[in-house]
Amino acid sequence: MSAAIEKPLALPAPRRPGWLRRLRRYPLPTLGGVLLLLLVLSTLFAPWITSRDPIEMEVIDRLLPPGADHPFGTDAYGRDLFARVLYGGRVSLLIGVTVALASTVLGLVIGVVAGYFRLADAVIMRVMDGLMAIPGILLAIALMSLTRASLWVVVIAITIPEIPRVVRLVRAVVLTVREQTYIQAASAIGTRFPRLMRLHILPSTFAPLIVQATYICASAVLTEAYLSFLGVGTPPEIPSWGNVIADGRLYVQLAFWNVLFPGIALALMVLSVNVLGDGLRDALDPRLARRL
Amino acid sequence: MGAYAIRRILATVPVMAVVAVIVFLMLHLSPGDPAAILAGDQATSDDIAAIRGRLGLDRPLLQQFMLWLGQLLSGDLGTSIYLNRPVLGLIMERVEPTLALAVSTMVFAVLLAVPMGVLAAWRAGTWVDQTIMALSVVAFSVPVFLIGQGLVVGFALTFDLLPVQGFVSLGDDVVAFARHLVLPTISLGLVYTALLARITRATMLEVLNEDFIRTARAKGLAEPRVLILHALKNASVPIVTTIGLGIALLIGGVVVTESVFAIPGIGRLTIEAVLQRDYPVIQGVILVVAGVYVLVNLGIDLTYSALDPRIRY
Repeated sequence: MSAAIEKPLALPAPRRPGWLRRLRRYPLPTLGGVLLLLLVLSTLFAPWITSRDPIEMEVIDRLLPPGADHPFGTDAYGRDLFARVLYGGRVSLLIGVTVALASTVLGLVIGVVAGYFRLADAVIMRVMDGLMAIPGILLAIALMSLTRASLWVVVIAITIPEIPRVVRLVRAVVLTVREQTYIQAASAIGTRFPRLMRLHILPSTFAPLIVQATYICASAVLTEAYLSFLGVGTPPEIPSWGNVIADGRLYVQLAFWNVLFPGIALALMVLSVNVLGDGLRDALDPRLARRL
Repeated sequence: MGAYAIRRILATVPVMAVVAVIVFLMLHLSPGDPAAILAGDQATSDDIAAIRGRLGLDRPLLQQFMLWLGQLLSGDLGTSIYLNRPVLGLIMERVEPTLALAVSTMVFAVLLAVPMGVLAAWRAGTWVDQTIMALSVVAFSVPVFLIGQGLVVGFALTFDLLPVQGFVSLGDDVVAFARHLVLPTISLGLVYTALLARITRATMLEVLNEDFIRTARAKGLAEPRVLILHALKNASVPIVTTIGLGIALLIGGVVVTESVFAIPGIGRLTIEAVLQRDYPVIQGVILVVAGVYVLVNLGIDLTYSALDPRIRY
């Protein structure tokens, strides 16, 4: 004992920083996150990765197979597919992220109102049930037909069908939380509604919302691709992944790489976001984990 | 049972009413004049005025809605502007391919997904489970048209093995009907299989932890019997409910698949209508599809509450 007092106690082995240890517990989602990061970075830094222009046509280089000059080959107008996939990712990601943000924010507001105000609840939830009865892609297609297509119209058309699920989620959380004793205690000491909402109710919705937003992002990127593939999506002159695939589709028998490379980029992006979402769900929201 | 059934049936009325309002308002809330939207890009102001008068678009909104709703309730979904034919007839002409594809996909997915999900749950945590789950995450993320186009390219080269385009009516030629459905079913079915396999596994995992499963095993029942008769039967409610709710996803996929394989179904009808701005057709398709979705889910809920008296929502 005395020796131990004289010598300083042996320190435990230096621990890894907390976040690294946590990442090791979720190898697959970490992989998804890294893959996603690579995809995002490569689209953001597209001008540094390729010197080619995604829109410039070189008619003499039509439908070239992948090679040293054009890593992914060229399309029917002689445009470099590698550049189109990189720049197209910007558009697809922008749509995915915007839709995820917009539908979560709108869904959060509507869901809180539905969860907290009994009168509004019945009306809001009937509207949401009605929206959910219409298949999302069909609703988006119908919305697209109303006005001339632009990036923002695509975002709105994909966002609206995503809102009901968020509303349901938020409402369910608010309904559970508002009955808790600590909420009663808070209102008993005179906490006003905005403060009650901000400090005591909203924080419980964040974990499931983050998970939901991830899935929405993946599904929005896919929906954009479907809409463009069907010819009713992003304006054709903007190279989103969906448009690149839609262009390549006409020549798929001659030059399958026109569909394959943007298709793989799209699939990798959706896969990485979904895997990341599964990981976030397991880590943040064990209740959801049981359900799916 | 009776009271529940009546309540459940009545609950579909507001849903369909909301769908009708949404479909009606969509045209009126959009930026721009509905008559101009309907008339198309090349219309003169006289054309627009004619359409406005013919469809009653100059009347008050509520009056228009009541008129439209009255027509709907008497089974009149309106008239196609482009083809000048009743919308309901147009939809009925295109129903068979869509229905055939949806049903074959569903059967394919259930036959594949349920055994996979059960197996994954039974061997939870092992490489079998991990492989099945990894495959299902991948299948869930690959866009339908990528699989579809891959199959088209692959089979177009191998000539007569399987047709890569079109549809043959069941009444015309049963064999050709089935052969034309194989590739579309596979490309659409994989996504749906992935979703169902995940749900099946999750539900089975919960049920397998129940006491009655331990009892069944303890009394020496063979494992297949435990898994199927005891576990799967009890897990079936959430699984079938997911199948019902997944119909919305399925219909979305059908639209894309029809486009890949040039199948003349409801999806193609919708796309054609959008490209021609044939609004009554789009409205009609949405109403019919939403109606089918609501009815199928009503049917599932009622069947289950009849089979399992514990279910009361």
